[in-house]
Amino acid sequence: MKILLSWLRDLLDVDALDAEVVAAALTDAGLAVDSVTPIGVTVPGVVTARVLRTEAHPDAAKVHRVYVDAGDGIERHVWCGAFNMAPGDVVPLATIGTTMPDGRTIERRGILGIDSEGMLCSARELGLGDDHAGILLLPTAAAVGVPYGEALELEPDTLLDLDLTRNRPDAWGHLGVARELAAHLGVRLRPPGAELPARGPARSASVDIVDGDRCGRFTSTVLSGIHVAESPAWMQQRLRAVGMRPISNVVDVSNYVMLELNQPNHAYDLESLGGGGFVVRRARTGESLTTLDGERRQLHADDLLICDAADRPIGVAGVMGGLDTEIGERTTTVALEVAWFEPAGIMRTAERLGLRSEASARFERGVDPYGIDRAVARFVELLRETCPDLVVHAGTVDARGGSLPSADRSVAVRVSEVNRIIGTHLGPADLPPLLEPIGFPTTVGDDAVTVGLPSWRPDCEIEIDVVEEVARRHGYRKLGSEVPRSPVSGGLSPVQLRRRRLRDVVLGLGCSEAMPNPFLAPDSARRVGLDDAAIRITNPLVADESVLRTSLRPGLLAAVAYNESHRRPGVRLFEIGHVYRPADAELPEELEMLGVVLAGGAADDAVRIWREISAALGLGARIDQSTVPAGLHPTRSATLSAGPRPLGAVGEVHPRVLRELGIADRVAVLELDLGQLLAREPKPAQWRPVGRTPSADLDLAFALDDDVPAERLEKAIRQGAGGLLVDLELFDVYRGPGVADGSRSLAFRLRLQAADRTLVDADLAAVRERVLGATAKLGAQLRG
Amino acid sequence: MIADIHHARDAALHEIEQAPTLDAIVALQARLTGKRSELALLKTGLGGLESVDERREAGRVLNEAMDAVVEALARRREALESEALDIRLAAERLDLTETIGRPRRGHAHLVTQAWERLEDVFVGMGFQVAEGPEVETDWHNFEALNMGEGHPARGEFDTLFVDHVPPGGRAGSTVLRTHTSPVQIRTMLAGAPPIYIVAPGRVFRRDTPDATHMPVFHQIEGLVVDRGISMAHLAGTIDAFTKAFFGQDFSSRLRPSYFPFTEPSAEFDIQLPNGQWLELGGCGMVHPAVLRAGGIDPEEWSGFAFGFGIDRMAVMRHGVGDIREMFSNDIRFIEQF
Repeated sequence: MKILLSWLRDLLDVDALDAEVVAAALTDAGLAVDSVTPIGVTVPGVVTARVLRTEAHPDAAKVHRVYVDAGDGIERHVWCGAFNMAPGDVVPLATIGTTMPDGRTIERRGILGIDSEGMLCSARELGLGDDHAGILLLPTAAAVGVPYGEALELEPDTLLDLDLTRNRPDAWGHLGVARELAAHLGVRLRPPGAELPARGPARSASVDIVDGDRCGRFTSTVLSGIHVAESPAWMQQRLRAVGMRPISNVVDVSNYVMLELNQPNHAYDLESLGGGGFVVRRARTGESLTTLDGERRQLHADDLLICDAADRPIGVAGVMGGLDTEIGERTTTVALEVAWFEPAGIMRTAERLGLRSEASARFERGVDPYGIDRAVARFVELLRETCPDLVVHAGTVDARGGSLPSADRSVAVRVSEVNRIIGTHLGPADLPPLLEPIGFPTTVGDDAVTVGLPSWRPDCEIEIDVVEEVARRHGYRKLGSEVPRSPVSGGLSPVQLRRRRLRDVVLGLGCSEAMPNPFLAPDSARRVGLDDAAIRITNPLVADESVLRTSLRPGLLAAVAYNESHRRPGVRLFEIGHVYRPADAELPEELEMLGVVLAGGAADDAVRIWREISAALGLGARIDQSTVPAGLHPTRSATLSAGPRPLGAVGEVHPRVLRELGIADRVAVLELDLGQLLAREPKPAQWRPVGRTPSADLDLAFALDDDVPAERLEKAIRQGAGGLLVDLELFDVYRGPGVADGSRSLAFRLRLQAADRTLVDADLAAVRERVLGATAKLGAQLRG
Repeated sequence: MIADIHHARDAALHEIEQAPTLDAIVALQARLTGKRSELALLKTGLGGLESVDERREAGRVLNEAMDAVVEALARRREALESEALDIRLAAERLDLTETIGRPRRGHAHLVTQAWERLEDVFVGMGFQVAEGPEVETDWHNFEALNMGEGHPARGEFDTLFVDHVPPGGRAGSTVLRTHTSPVQIRTMLAGAPPIYIVAPGRVFRRDTPDATHMPVFHQIEGLVVDRGISMAHLAGTIDAFTKAFFGQDFSSRLRPSYFPFTEPSAEFDIQLPNGQWLELGGCGMVHPAVLRAGGIDPEEWSGFAFGFGIDRMAVMRHGVGDIREMFSNDIRFIEQF
């Protein structure tokens, strides 16, 4: 919200305001000041000039030639890219050598070989506001050849940019900001009067509120004797400074009242108002209206319309007026609407129409339903400056609807509650000096204070709302600072500790952590060979990020492809993150997964990582190669199973998937369901005495068919060896001469030990026999 | 006799002195101290001496000679061993700067590093770490947080909706959580005060990515609910955190602000040692409606909550100029940290 320092000063009983003091005070009060900008300084070298004539050049379509008189009787020629001036207009001319506020210097630079003797300026170029739509038109009566600041009666000012929170609609007008500032600085507020001056003969514009649930109050006041003209320079300057373009006295006053009092209002040309009055009703299906901005708007049955008494729509209530009833140059009589609309309805309409106007932004936050009279009075007072013959007719209509908030809202505030929540030691008598200056009247009781809630603070409804006001006014910085003593023992849960350990193990194995986007393109799952079923985002930013991932694999493989294409093959990446799967429950199924990808790695690299994790976290699983997970290499992948549902997958990405993704190298993968892995904490290992008797080793090599997993042979050896076996290790795998095709040699070392005696040869022979018996069932043959 | 002994001894000592290798020492040991060594033979000749005194004297000299030989052998063996070790040590020399390959250990993501550091600080302050789902019901994400249907603040969250429809529920009621605050509700409903938790997690907004914003990012949320918790406790906790996380020469302040789920609400800023203020996050006293939604009686208990971005902590700590790079998964970025 743009707020002018001089405007605040007008509303306060002070002689001067220091911009920095004001900015600090407002920020402390919760109206954060983002920036403080000096404005209204006349740029030296820019003078008033009268447009004599304009001339197009056949070879330059975007610019034209403007001839001006800068007061010295010489006709000067300038090129200009704006076309909004006519002969007789007075415009600002930046003469050669002028340094503009943005730092550039005006030079004698030509187009098509024709020099330009300066530059005509827009408001923005002179630092007078945001308007850059055309050249700034100065009052036509202005003297020519003088600093433009004189023509504009420009005075130095300061612009404050406020970053307002949703709960402070009152600060959308200068009066609300001034009120807060007055309280903070301890000075008196000087609001404009709320009393209408003497009335003329009775003349009314009727009001019929059909949908009172959407319109709480609608006043219409007839004003005649209007002469549409330019606004006074001071008003134009203020409007420009806060980013509004002066249009005419009636429109400017309307805007000025809105900016000052946060009361959006609308003046209709009474002549164009069918039936001479208003109807406020919801739109009918199929109705449409051309708004002031020239757009044809299709309306919805939930939109509230202002219609004339002949039921013709003339405005979208609280959002934007219609084009047909706009004030024209010949307007002499207007019906002034100042109303209060139900905020949520305005918000819905503004959102639906994609039309966020100055008015709708205010109405949807909530304006003061009882500030209307002051707005009407202020409108009249300001318009009278340019329309001395203005007549305010008696017969103002003040229609009310059921949604009108009560004028008399109050809440009992327990002083004990204030102290409990904000940690103060205030007494009942401490509250009035804090609350009254911001317009909360108080009645002090024994334990509680009855606090009136001002109509411009719709955010304040219950006790805690007033507690916040007390805290704010008391000052957050005076509330003290104390660390609570937590009676809870802080710490990570077992699952969280195991997650950290898991991450550390994987990092230690040379894998770096990636964080791919969990949003995928619709075809991402299919491209990596996974099922398409997934949760979809109904309002995605882009279609390529519209599906919630069901697997970490697409993201990690995309990262592999990315790095490979940037001359970094062989990356080892992992991710710990959530995947989301459709489920017939309150929420989709959400699983936390670990995904590891080893570019250039083979399946056994992934298995090695699994074995390290398994050892570190104390959880084993069967490597089931008979169940190949989707999208993985059919003969180099396995499902990890350790319970009713798969614990994970290990192996290599299917070559077809790699080709689809344009990845040249093999990629080994490991995926684990952390919900299972982290939840299953192993029982503490129980002590087994370390044997004091000597151990003996037995090396056995078997030829075994390739179809039989080594894991089964190991299991058979374990069973056969019995209780003397204390350790078993596969130490060599060999394929080649001496071993039949289609099988391999697997060499195991068995360490044997008895708890109570030294083993003798007979013991070893017995173990050997039993092992051979057990392994023979698998077709394993003992080698020489 | 005595002269013979001395002669044999000196000859032996000379030979030992000249022994070139450990093998020669082994051979000398047998020859000079064995049963058929010269000294041993002289010993057998002791019996031929006439007087007891002579025998005793010659015996003593003989023993001394033998001891001297044994000792010389040991000394020489030690010297030779030490010499051999020196040769081996010299031959075994390694240049320890001659290493191939980089450290293999992987790099944790910057967000993870900041996340864990934050968790550790709060754990030290007596907090537990709570978690919740990333896909949420609009009740948990909005309604329970004092943002009912049509609440204007809902519009400011740029919510992403998903097509999940709960059994008997309505379409459009499932969202990607826009903040970690729903974890507050889940924690309150799952347990009872006193509650001291932080909830780090992934959150989602319908925001076009730029150098400082991502649609998917990370926040940490804090919630304390206990008897007699006031805004002073909030300020104290924020300040203690600021000092523990950033350093003792940092300080903090609260400024009035607005959030639907807290009242009074505040922004918290931290002051850098150079005096500059930096807006860090939002906080406030838990709104009574939120406590009630969590099944807690606001007349008996009170609490505060705070929240801020994790990603920004990483950005600040490491001077990352464009947040999008943190999520590019470019190994050249990851390896820097």
